[in-house]
Amino acid sequence: MDEHENTQIKKNFDVKIWKKLIPIAAPFKKHILLAAFVMLISAGIDILLPLFQSHAVDNFIVPQSTDGLWGFAALFAAVLLLQGAAVTAFSRLCMYIEMRLGCDLKRKAFIHLQELSFSYYNTTPVGYILARVMSDTNRIAGMLAWSLIDLFWALFYVLGVFGVMLVLNWKLALLVVVVVPMVALLSVAFEGKILNVNRKVRAANSRITGAYNEGITGAKTSKTLVIEDRISGEFNDITANMRRQSMRLTRLNATFVPIVVFFGSLAVAAVLVRGGYMVMDSALEYGMLSAFIAYALNILEPVQNIAGILAEFIATQVNIERVTTLLEHPCDIQDTEEVKAKYGDAFAPKQENWEPIRGDIEFEHVWFKYPDGDEYVLEDFSLKIPAGTNVAIVGETGAGKSTLVNLACRFFEPTQGRVLIDGRDYRERSQLWLHSHLGYVLQNPHLFSGTVRENIRYGRLDASDEEVEHAAKLVSADVVVKKLENGYDTEVGEGGDRLSTGEKQLVSFARAVLADPPIFVLDEATSSIDTVTEQLIQDAISHILGGRTSFLIAHRLSTIRHADLILVVRDGKIIEQGRHEELMDMRGYYHSLYTAMQINEASGAQIEI
Amino acid sequence: MQSTFKWLWEHAKGLKKFFLFAVLASFGSIIFNFLSPKVIGFTVDSVIGDKAMSLPAFLTERLAALGGRAYLREHLIICAVGVIICAAGSAAFSFASRMSIVNFTESFVKRLRDRLFYHIQHLPFSWHVNNQTGDTVQRCTSDMDVIRNFIAQQLLQVVRTTVLIITALLLMFQMNVKLSLVAVVFIPLVASYSGIFFSILRRKFRQADEAEGELTVTVQENLTGMRVVRAFGRERHEIEKFNEKNNKFAGLWINMGKSMGLYWGIGDIATGMQVLAVTVGGALLAYRGELSLGDFLVFVSYTHTLAWPVRALGRTLSDMSKAGVSIARIREILDAEEEPREPDAQKPDIRQDIVFDDVSFMYNETPVLRHLSFTIPAGTTFGILGGTGSGKSTLTYLLNRLYDVPEGCGSIRIGGVDIRDIDRDYIRKNIGVVLQEPFLFSKTIGENISIALPEAGMDEIRRRASTAAVDESIMAFSKGYDTIVGERGVTLSGGQKQRVAIARTLMLASPVMIFDDSMSAVDLETDAQIREALRRDSGDSTVIIISHRINTLMQADNILVLNDDGSVEQVGTHSELIKREGLYRRIYEMQSEAAAAAEGGAL
Repeated sequence: MDEHENTQIKKNFDVKIWKKLIPIAAPFKKHILLAAFVMLISAGIDILLPLFQSHAVDNFIVPQSTDGLWGFAALFAAVLLLQGAAVTAFSRLCMYIEMRLGCDLKRKAFIHLQELSFSYYNTTPVGYILARVMSDTNRIAGMLAWSLIDLFWALFYVLGVFGVMLVLNWKLALLVVVVVPMVALLSVAFEGKILNVNRKVRAANSRITGAYNEGITGAKTSKTLVIEDRISGEFNDITANMRRQSMRLTRLNATFVPIVVFFGSLAVAAVLVRGGYMVMDSALEYGMLSAFIAYALNILEPVQNIAGILAEFIATQVNIERVTTLLEHPCDIQDTEEVKAKYGDAFAPKQENWEPIRGDIEFEHVWFKYPDGDEYVLEDFSLKIPAGTNVAIVGETGAGKSTLVNLACRFFEPTQGRVLIDGRDYRERSQLWLHSHLGYVLQNPHLFSGTVRENIRYGRLDASDEEVEHAAKLVSADVVVKKLENGYDTEVGEGGDRLSTGEKQLVSFARAVLADPPIFVLDEATSSIDTVTEQLIQDAISHILGGRTSFLIAHRLSTIRHADLILVVRDGKIIEQGRHEELMDMRGYYHSLYTAMQINEASGAQIEI
Repeated sequence: MQSTFKWLWEHAKGLKKFFLFAVLASFGSIIFNFLSPKVIGFTVDSVIGDKAMSLPAFLTERLAALGGRAYLREHLIICAVGVIICAAGSAAFSFASRMSIVNFTESFVKRLRDRLFYHIQHLPFSWHVNNQTGDTVQRCTSDMDVIRNFIAQQLLQVVRTTVLIITALLLMFQMNVKLSLVAVVFIPLVASYSGIFFSILRRKFRQADEAEGELTVTVQENLTGMRVVRAFGRERHEIEKFNEKNNKFAGLWINMGKSMGLYWGIGDIATGMQVLAVTVGGALLAYRGELSLGDFLVFVSYTHTLAWPVRALGRTLSDMSKAGVSIARIREILDAEEEPREPDAQKPDIRQDIVFDDVSFMYNETPVLRHLSFTIPAGTTFGILGGTGSGKSTLTYLLNRLYDVPEGCGSIRIGGVDIRDIDRDYIRKNIGVVLQEPFLFSKTIGENISIALPEAGMDEIRRRASTAAVDESIMAFSKGYDTIVGERGVTLSGGQKQRVAIARTLMLASPVMIFDDSMSAVDLETDAQIREALRRDSGDSTVIIISHRINTLMQADNILVLNDDGSVEQVGTHSELIKREGLYRRIYEMQSEAAAAAEGGAL
């Protein structure tokens, strides 16, 4: 993941990237403007506060008088209350903008992800996508809310202070302002470096996490190989790197901040000398001198902030690019406008217009290559599958057994040629129409967090409890479910982790049965399952297949033998097809494959074929 | 809290000086920091103004020699230099303090991390079986971060703020008692205000964290289950589910933003009021002639300086209790006992007969092995057959001393020496094991194979890989032996992983080798090829093969058949065992029937 993230760090401001943010920020224009306005008030008050001190010095302390003190105090208090209100208001506004904008951005990304094709998922790791949806959006939202407003505050404050000082005493004002460009230059230089090292610290930190993960998971293996000390030694190098980078980061910060403070003291010293003489010459009041000292002390931090925020903006460009690239990623498979108009889309289907489905599938002169491949894996392939046919697909791992299924389910579309369902090109109907009539059971069944019941109900959302339990019974999942702690209300954990593979498989069968689909796809599992569950699963399969058009990516001899049609795949191509007996008589590839499977199955091994 | 400090104290051995230095330097920086307003105050009062000077004696003398106030009035630059010196002093000390504290923290954390890692590597096998990986990793990372934050920031901050407050108070009281009292009142108020506020908010923070966790899980499950989502046409349902979590997460934070906005607003008002009080109090005192302008400016300046640290102090104090919890969680790991060292352990020749003498073993009171007695003659091939749960793997663990045979439960002897008296590392080096589910490290394949013998050359690595029948597959990767395991785009199949693990164990060239069902994902042909190569290469090594394939075992010199309850059913050669009624023959018949059927192509 790291290499991916480090490749695209840019050093310069790129206007094109920022333009992409405009539509994202547009709905929050009012809030941003309001926050900026409140910020303006707050910055104005911050600029005024030293003048209160100045007034107190000149009117109460120096002349030793209390005339008007209470009026002054009341005004001071009023301003403070206003300031408190402004701070409360803008931080609430900023938080609102950050969270709502982030929420919007996440939603846009998520919805888009629901439409992206499988070719995207096949080539992009989940962790990578997840980081885009969660952390990149968070950074963008945080930046647009807080940093932008902070930048605004700092700019206004610096200019405001400068203006006030010019009006009050332009000679002293110039003395203070001289240090500003120095600090600005210094800040730009430092902030860039600090960000850079910060990134390295984060990378070092994630390496430590990775190393712990591996060290703990692999501890048993380390023991048998007696390499505990070596592994620990390597770990020490990783922590040494972390220590080095952290020290570097601190050294930068520990140098930078005191230097800025020191520059501030230069300005203070200058004001003290020049202003001091002016006071002696009665050209300046004491109060004014104290106000200028305060300004000299206060003006540099915002300058430093501006540099920091600009550096952060440049760093955030990467995040913006990542998110917008995701949002702009084209969907390979889309329904045409006419189809959407008639059948609706995935979010608002017009079910009243859907035709019932029988389950005839026909490949008509289909040519196909995967979007990321250059070679045709199907060339002018034609095949008629009448409704109710059981099709088994056999071949070695990686031979391309899923291709036909992907095409039939319209997870991919033919490069050339047509796939007809009930005699019509499936592109004339909506994706959801087909998918709603599909049952799909994966080799590694995927469940969602929640209870067993909720997971089965995923097959048909409006099913009653009785229907859910009935479906479970049909595939004998009820036997397993009853043994679970809370029966149907047992939490399955993240991704179904708390259930065994066999249990997950049975639940996913029940889910498919509840959907009662005319077309069924089953990617048979090879993973080890104990004999009892194995028998249950076999029974479930034969139950499910009855009367449906089905595709089986098959590993078990029993399922293969009884299929109506067997397709034999090798190197991505279908090389033999027919019924079991026909294929055995041919004594070809199927014959040798089947023989090998038979031996292995008998010896109880779980081999990936 | 007390035990937290005690624990930190014990683990800071050799580093305390850094912390001490950081505290001292930070004290220095505070002093200079406070001197700067004093210089300005002095300049305003006694140089520009005409108040009597109150300087330390040695400075007064020097100044008098130069010409007293008149000289300073001519040379205001001297006062300015005083301000600059104070700033430079403060900057230098602050740099020293920060460098020192980071040195302390990073060394402390590095040491703790290294120790934890080493400790985990040396914890016994049973500990690893009984503890969940995810939880342990969490402790090593998140809890470590809490501790790091505690010593890097909170600890010094609390010390520094305390010193800051005390110094400020001393200086203020020495200038003007009444005005000091006005300023002091706010300190406990502000500190406890923010402390209480954050303890109330902590629950909300946790809720928001949990909401974020739920949101992440929802997205992650949607992404990993995309095929299911599409196949069932559940996009809309997924989006509704997502929206609910997404809005909940945003809502919680927006809600918290309301509280935090209020907190910041009130905090600013409180700080401002403190300045206001000092200003009004100062005015009243000045009116009575009890306060000079310079002192007033110093008071205002100190009040500003104290404002932020005091506010942060409240939050920090309320946060510090977290560190105690994290330390306790890490201590649970550190307090677990490592495999004991045995300085007197023997290192006999392992190339001798291995004798199991009435060995029994149980996990958590469930018996897995019952009264096993058999002999594995040196230099022979020994097969073990048994069903799932018959304790085959446990035999491996016992032989490798991953578990020890408990007292009174029989013994395992090698050349007459009880293995509990033999050095653990020595035994593991000399009895190479390929575990049932081998773990490969995220290094290159070459490094994985040579992990126990890093100095081995490429020839040696390839030779072992060839024996394990995996050299060809590895060379087929575009980066060959430099392919990094687990990197995107490259996936090793189960069978390839097993064979890499076999090659890795072969590198040890140990006198005894155990293959614990380690060819289960390898097809029969390759299985035979590997065994053939092994016979050629193993020389006079003792080879123990655990499997449930008769084919794999039939050529062994002796075969042990285990019952499902963990007792010995039969021992003998293949030809002996097939003549006898029993488990072996049953399985043999099943497997050969299937093979024969396949041969003939019949059903």
